[in-house]
Amino acid sequence: MNEYDGLVFELSVPGRVGYSLPEADVPEADPARLLPAAHLRRAPAALPEVSEFDAVRHYTRLSRMNYGVDTHFYPLGSCTMKYNPKLNEDMARLPGFARLHPLTPEEASQGALQLMGELGEMLAEIVGMDGVSLQPAAGAQGELTGVLMIRAFHLDREGSPRKKVLVPDSAHGTNPASTAIAGYQTVQVKSDQNGEVDLLDLERHLDEDVAALMITVPNTLGLFESRILEATGLCHAKGAQVYMDGANLNALLGLTRSGDLGFDVVHMNLHKTFTTPHGGGGPGAGPVAFKAHLAPFMPTPAVVRDAEAWRLDRKRPKSVGKVQSFWGNFGMHVRAYTYIRTMGPDGLRAVAENAILNANYIRARLLPHYDLPYEGASMHEVVFSARRQKAQGVSATDIAKRLLDLGFYAPSIYFPLIVEEALMIEPTETESKETLDAFCDAMIRIAGEAASSPQTLLEAPVTTPVRRLDQTLAARQPNLRWTPRGPTL
Amino acid sequence: MRHGETMRYLSTTAAQRAEMLRVIGVGDVETLLERIPSKARLNRDLMIPAALAEGDLIAHLRGLAERNADSDRYVTFLGGGAYDHYIPSMINHMLLRGEFFTAYTPYQPEASQGTLRSIYEYQTMICELTGMDVTNASLYDGGSALAEAALMAHSVTERDQIVVSGALSPLARRVVETYCAGPRLPVKTVPWADGVTDLDALRKAVTGKTACVMVQYPNFFGCLEDLDRAAAVAHERGALFVVSVDPVALALLRPPGEAGADIVVGEGQGLGNHLNFGGPYLGLFSCRKDLVRRMPGRLVGATVDRDGKRGFVLTLQTREQHIRREKATSNICTNVALIALAATIHVALLGKEGLRRAATLSTAKAHYAAETLGRVPGVSLRFGAPFFKEFALRLPRNPGTVLRALRRRRILGGVALAQFDRRLKDSILVAVTERRTRAEIDAYAEALASAVA
Repeated sequence: MNEYDGLVFELSVPGRVGYSLPEADVPEADPARLLPAAHLRRAPAALPEVSEFDAVRHYTRLSRMNYGVDTHFYPLGSCTMKYNPKLNEDMARLPGFARLHPLTPEEASQGALQLMGELGEMLAEIVGMDGVSLQPAAGAQGELTGVLMIRAFHLDREGSPRKKVLVPDSAHGTNPASTAIAGYQTVQVKSDQNGEVDLLDLERHLDEDVAALMITVPNTLGLFESRILEATGLCHAKGAQVYMDGANLNALLGLTRSGDLGFDVVHMNLHKTFTTPHGGGGPGAGPVAFKAHLAPFMPTPAVVRDAEAWRLDRKRPKSVGKVQSFWGNFGMHVRAYTYIRTMGPDGLRAVAENAILNANYIRARLLPHYDLPYEGASMHEVVFSARRQKAQGVSATDIAKRLLDLGFYAPSIYFPLIVEEALMIEPTETESKETLDAFCDAMIRIAGEAASSPQTLLEAPVTTPVRRLDQTLAARQPNLRWTPRGPTL
Repeated sequence: MRHGETMRYLSTTAAQRAEMLRVIGVGDVETLLERIPSKARLNRDLMIPAALAEGDLIAHLRGLAERNADSDRYVTFLGGGAYDHYIPSMINHMLLRGEFFTAYTPYQPEASQGTLRSIYEYQTMICELTGMDVTNASLYDGGSALAEAALMAHSVTERDQIVVSGALSPLARRVVETYCAGPRLPVKTVPWADGVTDLDALRKAVTGKTACVMVQYPNFFGCLEDLDRAAAVAHERGALFVVSVDPVALALLRPPGEAGADIVVGEGQGLGNHLNFGGPYLGLFSCRKDLVRRMPGRLVGATVDRDGKRGFVLTLQTREQHIRREKATSNICTNVALIALAATIHVALLGKEGLRRAATLSTAKAHYAAETLGRVPGVSLRFGAPFFKEFALRLPRNPGTVLRALRRRRILGGVALAQFDRRLKDSILVAVTERRTRAEIDAYAEALASAVA
């Protein structure tokens, strides 16, 4: 077990330095002579004082308290925790990309603009759309952008944004949250007994007040919505737009495309499907792709190609505006571009096919041991229920914690909300059969332990740097920053 | 499957696939796809370029990269919200540890203590710099952080009007306007006078319907606002006072928390992160402790485990979208944890003295540059207000032409302000960090003299 328990503030020794800055080479370097006293800090900020090596050892030790994809299988459903290629990292760090200022004139940033333009074109082809904005910084911001574009479209056409957005009960939490920020009332549409959106319920809710239906394909149960063409058709008949949450796009690469399924707008998570790293929570990138009728409303600026050069087109009077100060998470665009050019069309299709193969393999191996509430063919992920194990006194949480002891990160649990004790497993295409087998063996062992020695699960984890943590204490007495004296808030 | 099966990022062999299909009980992968409507199947290859071998792809990307005027090959005085500050080499080595960069959001805290601890350190550091009680785990960038502050102020005060200073980044202001469109919050811009917010105009703009007043410190022109007086204007009418900051400056300048700020946001790129052509950057978000339950984004808190050992968790999650859905304080899920980690390590390395020194060197060199460039015939400082590391310069010739001439001498001389404000069509914004040398500044002055002559 990793016994390290340091925080960088606790390593601080007065007088230690971890930086190398030049001496002042200008005549006046006394801030008191340069700036009015009222603007100067009276006491220095209480920041740490450590040497470079102190910091190297500290942060290396902290890293070893994490499970990452490089160290552990990470079957987190809906998160697409695939291998993050090292080449992508090297390319994003080329000085011409990493050290390029966003306000460099267009004529002096042609390489970057070309990369963005070509990435946009490739993404548009992959999802069968007419245009792309690379600006949104993550999936949720892509959702907000897409819904705001729909809002602007209705406003422009009908003089009103309409009032409601329909969201299935299996949706990611970001869908209703993004919809609410865009000023819409969220209306939940039920799933049917097969785990697909209930078309009768959809029709019941569809009226002239509905701005859009927002739906994830494949859905969060890992199922392809087999009647999606009917659903998109019903929406269009009422003048509503259809938004695809592309969080699970990995399963569709080269097999089918959002545009061909009738969608008007889709966001993609470059940090899922296109291998940019998750970084412990970000940064990601959430480009939105759209059909031509929504193009006037895309965020400004657009990256466009003229006869001779690429440029940022800011003259877009109907645009929803900006969602980032600059042009989006360009560093992630470089990584995704590198990945797509590494894979090519055959490679991307093989990604989807292998992702589906892997999920179905896990499903087949675990089916005798865990309940499967929705039995349709799985795409990239499979959602089991631990209700059988719950009856034996252990929960999805206990299973997750036990997996940590057995050398695996946990699946997503308690999501989607419509599955009791949900265990949402997404292996991705980059895992080998050997790893899948080892994971399945561990899951089968845990199912056995749930019946024979549930205490093992209730005690887990015991091999991690800390054991189960007191969440209630954390919420009741929030301690959100370090102080020399302990909790203060 | 065609030759994709031999790709290096996939590891299932043909024999293994056959065995897996046997276990699944189907003859081929195609059988698993039957729920996709056949008329929506893509029965052709994607029309994207064929795969490139690693060496060819590197050569191609190097070619693209070399067409950009980066701060390695050019001497840069560009700013306007993104800065060429010193970044210790060590940071990159930590970011490339797979345990950090390939980890997910720390939803399983026992297996994520490294990320959680680094975020707790980050929250502490940003509180120290801003003078605020609480800091979240990060938002996307400075612009979206400012927009989230507007939405939060609306929710806290139940008022609709957002008042922003005209000396605030026009790029960030556009993000605020975008986020305010849905809830239909009118965004009113108060004019600037001599480079800072016109306080008389501000006083007139703020009413009993104002949710918040937003200013930037140092502002878009690099000038230092009178935070105390702006805060008083906001608070007199019951509005929140929101300050958008450059955290590098706050190592030297008085923290806005001491001036009565209720929410402090900012662009944290200058703390250990590369320019990256605009992203990923770091959205800072801090506030008073009594507002914590209205904050957007993730928060890390300290607690104990079953054995009483110290540990860290994501906390107060009932604010967030995965629990609260449409009633969440924000829709944010993915943030910029790895960029926040870079900032954390940067602040740890520079520490109490180093960050202050970087700020001091930046302001000293900026003042030297203002004086030196201001002596070039026909060139003058645009504003008289005190400034930190950035200032507006009025040129006697078309700024676009002048900047092009400077670029031919490998100098990125500044940002033309015409694109943001027609009244400033004769001016450029010049940023000077601790990375610039006196020799570079002198060379800039010489080049400028010949460009405007």
